[in-house]
Amino acid sequence: MSDDDAGRTGGAPPIDPVTLAVLSGRLEQIADEMDATLFRSAFNPIIAEAHDASHGLYHAATGDTLVQGKQGLPIFVGVMSFAVRAVIAAHDERGIEPLDGDVWVFNDAHLGGTHLNDMRLVRPYFRDGRLFCWLASVGHWHDLGGGVPGNYNPAATDAFMEAVVIPPVRLVRAGEPCPDIRAVLMRNTRLPASAEGDLNGQLGALDLGVRRMDALLDEYGAATVDAALAALADRAEVLMRDAVASLPDGTWEAADFLDNDGIVDEPLPVRVALTVAGDRLTLDFDGTAPRARGPVNIARPTAIATAYVAIKHLFPDLPANAGVMRPVDMRVPDGCLLAADFPAPVGGYTETILRMIDVVFRAMARAAPDRAVANAYGTINALSLAGRRADGSPWVMFSFFGGGHGAAADGDGLNHGNAPISTATIPPVEILEAAYPIAFRQWALRPDSAGAGTHRGGLGATYELEVLGAGATAFLFGERGRHAPKGVAGGGDATRNVFTYDGPDGPAHPPMASKMVGIPLARGGRVRLDTPGGGGHGPAAARDPAAVAGDVAAGYVSPAAADRDYGTIWRSAP
Amino acid sequence: MTRIAGVDVGGTFTDVFLLDEGTGRATVRKVPTSRPDQSEGFLAGLGDGVDGLTTIVHGTTAGTNALLERKGARVGVITTQGFRDVLEMRRRDRPRTWGLRGIFVPVVARPDRLEVPERTLADGTVEVPVDVAAVGTAARALLDAGCTACAVLFVNAYAEPSNEAAAVAAVRAVWPNPHVAASHEILPEIREFERFSTTALNAYLQPELSAYLERLSGALTAGGFGGEFLVVQSNGGVMSAADAGRLPVRTALSGPAAGVIAAAHIATEAGYPDVITGDVGGTSFDVSLVKDGVAAQAAQTSIDFGLVIRAPMTEIATIGAGGGSIAWVDRGGLLNIGPESAGSTPGPAAYGRGNDRPTVTDANVVLGRIDADTPIGDLPRLDADAAGRAIDAHVGTPLGLSREDAAEAILTVANARMAGALRLMSIERGHDPTRFAYMPFGGGGALHACAMLREVGIGRAVVPRHPGVTSALGCVIADMRADQVQTLNVALDRLDEGDLAARVEVQRSVGQARLDAARIPFDGVDLLVELDMAYAGQTHTVAVPVFVLTRAAIADAFDMTYRATFDRLLPGGVRRVMNLRTTVLGRRPRFDLSLLAPVPGASLDGAAKGTRRVHLGGWHDAAVLDRLALPVDAVVPGPAILEQPDTTILVEPGFAARIDRFGNAILERT
Repeated sequence: MSDDDAGRTGGAPPIDPVTLAVLSGRLEQIADEMDATLFRSAFNPIIAEAHDASHGLYHAATGDTLVQGKQGLPIFVGVMSFAVRAVIAAHDERGIEPLDGDVWVFNDAHLGGTHLNDMRLVRPYFRDGRLFCWLASVGHWHDLGGGVPGNYNPAATDAFMEAVVIPPVRLVRAGEPCPDIRAVLMRNTRLPASAEGDLNGQLGALDLGVRRMDALLDEYGAATVDAALAALADRAEVLMRDAVASLPDGTWEAADFLDNDGIVDEPLPVRVALTVAGDRLTLDFDGTAPRARGPVNIARPTAIATAYVAIKHLFPDLPANAGVMRPVDMRVPDGCLLAADFPAPVGGYTETILRMIDVVFRAMARAAPDRAVANAYGTINALSLAGRRADGSPWVMFSFFGGGHGAAADGDGLNHGNAPISTATIPPVEILEAAYPIAFRQWALRPDSAGAGTHRGGLGATYELEVLGAGATAFLFGERGRHAPKGVAGGGDATRNVFTYDGPDGPAHPPMASKMVGIPLARGGRVRLDTPGGGGHGPAAARDPAAVAGDVAAGYVSPAAADRDYGTIWRSAP
Repeated sequence: MTRIAGVDVGGTFTDVFLLDEGTGRATVRKVPTSRPDQSEGFLAGLGDGVDGLTTIVHGTTAGTNALLERKGARVGVITTQGFRDVLEMRRRDRPRTWGLRGIFVPVVARPDRLEVPERTLADGTVEVPVDVAAVGTAARALLDAGCTACAVLFVNAYAEPSNEAAAVAAVRAVWPNPHVAASHEILPEIREFERFSTTALNAYLQPELSAYLERLSGALTAGGFGGEFLVVQSNGGVMSAADAGRLPVRTALSGPAAGVIAAAHIATEAGYPDVITGDVGGTSFDVSLVKDGVAAQAAQTSIDFGLVIRAPMTEIATIGAGGGSIAWVDRGGLLNIGPESAGSTPGPAAYGRGNDRPTVTDANVVLGRIDADTPIGDLPRLDADAAGRAIDAHVGTPLGLSREDAAEAILTVANARMAGALRLMSIERGHDPTRFAYMPFGGGGALHACAMLREVGIGRAVVPRHPGVTSALGCVIADMRADQVQTLNVALDRLDEGDLAARVEVQRSVGQARLDAARIPFDGVDLLVELDMAYAGQTHTVAVPVFVLTRAAIADAFDMTYRATFDRLLPGGVRRVMNLRTTVLGRRPRFDLSLLAPVPGASLDGAAKGTRRVHLGGWHDAAVLDRLALPVDAVVPGPAILEQPDTTILVEPGFAARIDRFGNAILERT
């Protein structure tokens, strides 16, 4: 499709600043209202409570993000435009034109980023018979077939072992629903009622988006809204160029490692070279490991979206549209861990994108130490326990765990936070214990887990739980068991992730550090996760001795660790 | 005859609404809030003696302020072995989505959180009986450390409280004051962080709040007051001052909730039971939604990051766009309003107190919508030129706009943000905002009312007679409420009907006893029973009102509520009952709002005060009228300004204001 076909106005006419300011808010609100509509109507708590979903408006010709809702998960800011691009490409490949009332659906992560649980719906929005923009909705569905319920399969060596793979297809054609496609979707999930609810909720959100766009264009006219969208992207570009120009010119590198891919026990390097040249930024991931056998690969769209997440954490006031990425060059070698081809397994993508963020932060800290925060705990620690109750009924507990945030130039890191790519909260102990035959023996901060520094990292946590039922089988998919979260600007590293389980001969650790499947646990058997804290910021010697003494008094830092990291001067602090 | 006083103590003003049902006279007073002891202003506001009053109802922000300023007591916590950090770990969230900066300082420091051996399992089994001697030792250690309040926080105490009950008894045996509570006493509901946080914050507020209320109570008694002293809760119901001293955590949104109660009552009486309220304050715009005369309720709130209070409360959404919000142009050339605010100190540039950045109020002053010579409240004359200079420097020059156009731009953007808050609040609750009326209150709300109608497509705005003292009026109106919760967590087909009925009866009698303890008249007492329910495997519940306590009737009620929320049921799903909630509601006599109506003999001519130049797109000569002197059924077409001591109503061209029989000003399109 050409720009002309898309009905857009080419070079944006000037728009008055007041209308621009108003339209900026109105357009954002359309996306926010789409978010709110799905959160309210979704059946599945991953969407309803954890807000694992997102909505936005995308450019008619390019699929670039125009506006994105503020309530969805951070990782979706940036990844959604790839879903739209995949649908635009599907039109080109098949030689078809978008029709008013079409809705496309797919979950192929190699086209749309993230993982196969994220079901993407894309709908062309027409005005006066011409394509004005695209609307899209993504939501994490509970189950889409594959090797294990919930689709988190640490043993997957290709996408087919993870979930059913749906390419971009039309769920609705020119307003006419295609029951065939819906039937395929519903036959490929273990939880069809949940999936029906989520699908209807996403369709409802798109409907609301269409109604809101109609009203907005009635009020302001298509040309004005078009001009506003163009101006907002230009403004984002200006802000980003401004932010980059505030950094010194030069190239800074950082490298880190994933422990392994869960199948082959070899470290996987993730490298970045960050180059600032005037108001342009280049992120070059050359030197990163090739595609892995196990599910720690990510698709190229995920890599680009992750760079956006890292940049927005570094410059939190930047808007959420594609203009931000115009001054950014991304270089990701074909076929590497960060641009793995189909059907490479990507289910553990969270671990890899966290490591990407870590290396970008560290490279940035070398360029501008005040701008970057130290590394956060850097692993999602997906832990699953499954067994049978006394009455024979099966149970499966699945949860992600937290850790410490990195310190910054202006303060210590947060104790026990969530991952930078997410905003999800952790379930309460009492909800987990009421649902499954388990008891937590410890749910506590982990002393000495944070990196030392002028500002200390936040503490990780210790979670220890005991199986009360007849026994269970556990699996863990985590990281940072061999390579600790790093400090920046001279700050110290945090403590590594440690997983311990009751083996036949006493406490044991997985051979691959933080990844293991099929761990047998008898009644009374325990597993324990000691998660990393965040890295420190600035040299430990510069930390206020009174703050060290306070840390020791609170038990965040042991006296021995304080002596080692900070010297003994804290002992004479007031 | 009864004489009732509602007293709302806010950050700047203490508002009093006095109702004498004998003479049919209502009196409104506004005095400065006294600091640090708010009771002085409270008593000054009541003025001419309290001996004739039958009831005094208090809306307070003392609890919220103590939390925001972290000025509560030193609290000690005694908790289950292995769980001392629950309060600090929260639910693994972070202060802001983007940036990864910021920490959380819990209200109880880590050394003041002590563990004791004990454990109850989720099914109520006591796995490890509590070591009472260890509890006593811990309590003495906390006292020695200087703690003045104590919270006992045991895992699964909602399911079986015996360990916690034994422990809290042991603490009370050695603790020298009554500021001791166990989590099952405050909130016997599943989810340990929410229960622990609510209990700990209650302990944090208890010493100061109970002392404040006792001081007030004593002063009132000394002044000859022999009636009942009540406090508004965050859910808009009232409770006795003694209960408030014991449960201060339930007063966190006391004043704002009272305002919404008043709004709901006034709008319903005026014939608009579906209304969205908007309170324009100095730093924020607060929105609430009233459907069928009832304010939307939230299950919990965070007063600040990590300071979670779980208790039923009036839902109030806040955005940073108030009169003091600062307008600025970012480096990308976009005009923004807030979130930074000049507040009331130093305040808008027009106050001349050192702020030279333009605010929403400055824009209203420059455009003549606020009269610089006679501002509301007790402010001195405003400096319109200073407001104009601030707008020129920070908005006009960067955007190439004239002073008036820049001021209009500020209001356009501010109005768009406020309208967005109205829309989002209704969409999130599943409502179409155009089917609602809009009620502005607070000092600044009525300046922006016509703009809200235009922006959101709402049909009419209802401006109450005394919008600046709405919360004090709500104190007089609010019903008495006693709310209780108990987690059941049982599949519906295993629910013991007899046990449920017995639990409801226990909660009802406890609630009734609280009502009886207050010697005030009720028109009637209602019992409301709700069950939080979901399908097995779901963690988000729906609140299901139930009237018949049988499994079959509960199943039907659940299906009806669930279908209304999600448009469908889950075939084959197992229904679960998570919590039982009861409300015992003492309906207080509603006074006749026509007491507030304009006096007979008022006339349009008598209300006229001349004209003023007001900028609305261009300069207009707007009629200026004394709002309180307008007669019933008077119609004032825009452009016009209706003035009164506590607010200014802007009637834009294309709109008209009509005075209804209660003295409300109804703004509608002409």
